[in-house]
Amino acid sequence: MAGQVNMKVFYGVLGAIVVIGAGALWMARSSAGGSVTQIIDAPIPVGTSAFAGYVMGSDTAPVEIVEHADFTCGACSNFAILQGPDVKRRLVETGVARWRFRGFALHESSLLPLHAAACAAEQGRFWEMHDSLMFNQRDWIGSGQPLKEFRDYARAVGADLGEYDTCMEEGRYAARIRVTRDEIAASGIHSTPTFDIGNMRVLGAIPFDSVRTLVEKAAAEAR
Amino acid sequence: MIHRMTAAALSLIGFFVALYLSLWKLGLMGPLVCSTGGCETVQLSQYSVLLGIPVAMYGLAGFALLFLVSIAGLQGRWMERKGPSVLLVVLSSIGVVFAAYLTYLEAAVIHAWCQWCIVCAVTIATIFIVSLAGLVRWPRVTA
Repeated sequence: MAGQVNMKVFYGVLGAIVVIGAGALWMARSSAGGSVTQIIDAPIPVGTSAFAGYVMGSDTAPVEIVEHADFTCGACSNFAILQGPDVKRRLVETGVARWRFRGFALHESSLLPLHAAACAAEQGRFWEMHDSLMFNQRDWIGSGQPLKEFRDYARAVGADLGEYDTCMEEGRYAARIRVTRDEIAASGIHSTPTFDIGNMRVLGAIPFDSVRTLVEKAAAEAR
Repeated sequence: MIHRMTAAALSLIGFFVALYLSLWKLGLMGPLVCSTGGCETVQLSQYSVLLGIPVAMYGLAGFALLFLVSIAGLQGRWMERKGPSVLLVVLSSIGVVFAAYLTYLEAAVIHAWCQWCIVCAVTIATIFIVSLAGLVRWPRVTA
């Protein structure tokens, strides 16, 4: 039976599968380094009941970068670790741009870390909590006890644990997180991270140089 | 030997699909290409990680193993032996059970569908069927 099938044809088929598979992966990878840029007609208005997000930087900065992210998203974590420090130091602290983080809960298990961040934010510790959640994402996702990990992070960033615990137990921000999620989804965003910079929307994490280029472009258009 | 060839080709396809999901899970890919709209929901759910390892990576290892067994079974000394076919049936049956469980989670727990997971499930099921058919027909095939 084996002799009836040309082994060369068989290995040729395998070779074709390898070439097509590797090519498809390469294209998916290189599509803007994991990102796609779209032009949007106008900045998406924030609804009255949804949360506008956490802001870092000056109100007078000419450009606002809006990041829609999920704490459970690997690409969001990578972006926070690899590009976040440069964005903060070279764009936000220099007054070139303002950063707005909008939590986008892609699924039910995204709600808890967003809620933990919201409870830390009550005490002015959002960005510290944000960094803890993003930088340690693999730890708490794999821990099986994320709530315990979140509480440890809250303690580490200097939050009052009594207040934090009460906030978490009450689910104080659960409704707001869901409403915000629905509003973001209604604006056409379905993946994270997604960045709105001026009238440009970028799907996927991008390197710092691309962020800076888009910010400069948005600043030029705003003048 | 046609069943081992088919299993090799299918496991190679499954390997690339699992590799795509694994790389995405590691944050090395862009937005997940998904016509069903539920891929990220599934891939970011708590069920997408098992014992600290992304589920996609189990698929990656499984398809790689199936591929190696299939190819080994096509080499001279193994060609006439039944062992590789038995191993293919055993390995793919484990894969089918695992894929069925994941498909159940998509349908009944996560309430979202990931097209790539479905492709993997169909692929492993086909490998199982083809391998089983090859094994059942074995005496006739070698006669």
